[in-house]
Amino acid sequence: MPGTYIPSEYLPVLIFLMVSVTLGFALLLISSGILGLKRAYSEKFTPYESGVPPVGEPRYRFSVRFYIIAMLFVIFDIEAVYLYPWAIVFDKIGLYAFIEMVIFIVILLVGFIYVWKKEGFKWD
Amino acid sequence: MNLQFPDLTPVMPELFMTALALILLCTELLVKKKGILAALSILGVVVVAYTLIGSSGTTFGGMFVSDGYSTFFKVIFFVNAILSVLISIKYIAIERVNFGEYYSLILISTLGMMIMASAADLIVLYLGLELMALSTYVLAGFIRYDIKSNEAALKYFLLGAFSSAFLLYGISMIYGLTGTTDIKSIALYISEKGLTENPALSLSMILFAVAFGFKIAAVPFHMWAPDAYEGAPTSITAFMSVGPKAAGFAVLGRVFMIAFASIKLEWVAVFIPLSILSMAVGNIVAIAQTNIKRMLAYSSIAHAGYALLGIIAANNEGLASMMSYLMIYAFMNIGAFAVVIMLRSEDFKGDSISDYEGLSRAHPLLAALMLIFMFSLTGIPPTAGFMAKLYVFMSAINAGYTWLVVVAVVFAVISAYFYLRIIMYMYMREPKVEVSLSTSPSLGLALGVTTVAVLAIGVFPLYLVELARAAISGF
Repeated sequence: MPGTYIPSEYLPVLIFLMVSVTLGFALLLISSGILGLKRAYSEKFTPYESGVPPVGEPRYRFSVRFYIIAMLFVIFDIEAVYLYPWAIVFDKIGLYAFIEMVIFIVILLVGFIYVWKKEGFKWD
Repeated sequence: MNLQFPDLTPVMPELFMTALALILLCTELLVKKKGILAALSILGVVVVAYTLIGSSGTTFGGMFVSDGYSTFFKVIFFVNAILSVLISIKYIAIERVNFGEYYSLILISTLGMMIMASAADLIVLYLGLELMALSTYVLAGFIRYDIKSNEAALKYFLLGAFSSAFLLYGISMIYGLTGTTDIKSIALYISEKGLTENPALSLSMILFAVAFGFKIAAVPFHMWAPDAYEGAPTSITAFMSVGPKAAGFAVLGRVFMIAFASIKLEWVAVFIPLSILSMAVGNIVAIAQTNIKRMLAYSSIAHAGYALLGIIAANNEGLASMMSYLMIYAFMNIGAFAVVIMLRSEDFKGDSISDYEGLSRAHPLLAALMLIFMFSLTGIPPTAGFMAKLYVFMSAINAGYTWLVVVAVVFAVISAYFYLRIIMYMYMREPKVEVSLSTSPSLGLALGVTTVAVLAIGVFPLYLVELARAAISGF
């Protein structure tokens, strides 16, 4: 029947998923739910059982600079990642792809100059 | 394998627009006077508009198409961009957000709209949509110190991102069904394999309708519009009440008329309640508003409902009437917002409806212009708004939806209440507050252009309608 597409070649994957999920839950339940010891004392209720107890509120404001740096990192990092596949197949795809990449880098460069001039890289 | 050079003529306007936006971004770093940027962007858009001539064709393996349909919409986007820049110059100085990025963001957003109108592939469509939306989110929050502007940007962003998810889900579903994202191939595959009965096709159609419903602010996907329109800078409210809406209609027309052509009856049944609800909620809730930007937001929701009638007609005549509706809407809506902007001065917000009381005494010319725009938005001859409504109603009647047109006319009459209330306030009440106008040559130019356009199209509508019909003929 047209329009009903059953991906039967993926059936092993489905079985694998089902088995692994069942096994995982079963092991968890048996090991900690049935076999495990349950002793409740005050240490058990601290966030880090064998760590340093927290001091003060965990939610406080970070300096906005962290966000700017993180944002810039993501943008330039992700865009630079495009260069790798291009470099690997460079000798196969020819002049057109080279020109495309030059345009891409020029656009990236404009953004870079912009951020630089706007002092996005300055910490203080 | 050596990649071939693609034919770049169809994509010329977009390339020029990209270059223009980047040049503006760099110029912004060098010049102190931001007025130069405004002039440069208007000049640039005119140049880009010139490259539209002779740009027809298909390129990038059929992913990008430049035809009459997309060209007509691009003209709407250019009109929108130029008028928005014109009304911005003085305004953003008053709001103390006179930054150069403003103009490049407007141009990048316009670029996104252009890509949307030309997209012949769902992935390109999504790319354009995100480009348009992301720049508009930033523009909505451009008054950084104003909490309302921040609220507008955040709400617009959250709901816009949500609607993008719907669109992506719809695209993935149709890709799973047909194995292609090319709009023409989708239609071909559906009709060849007889998929019209497939529930997944209907589901993806509904997901598309939801996503585009968000962009055109049709009820029940309108909840972001009043807050976003009220909080955003007024010039950006004007920009985003026309541009993204028109772009939404552009993709709506292309995707539904081509890709979903075989289930026309189903999607018409989806859009009829959307249209009625938009007209009902938009027009009735607008009556209760005290803020003019909010009122115009609800009015823009209602106008989406009227323009949807052209989509519901589901033929070339309907699309042509929808296109001319949007062109006229661009002029009259930006004109109305230009008047709102004129009332904003250093120490006066001027966005409350009561600020218009007795405006005709102190500023008779401005009141007369507002009267024209309000008449046009209501749809009273001889303004363009009447012709816009007339042609969408005609196309709906010819397609056999007479009852729907009756409903639309009833809501148009209801809408007269809140549009004409402004006129009543201006002409029949005593002024309570001293209103000083913030005039500037560019604002005057924008008002002049919009007024002349509204009146000229109202008196000679055939030229525009013939243009729209000619544009649609090769669709």
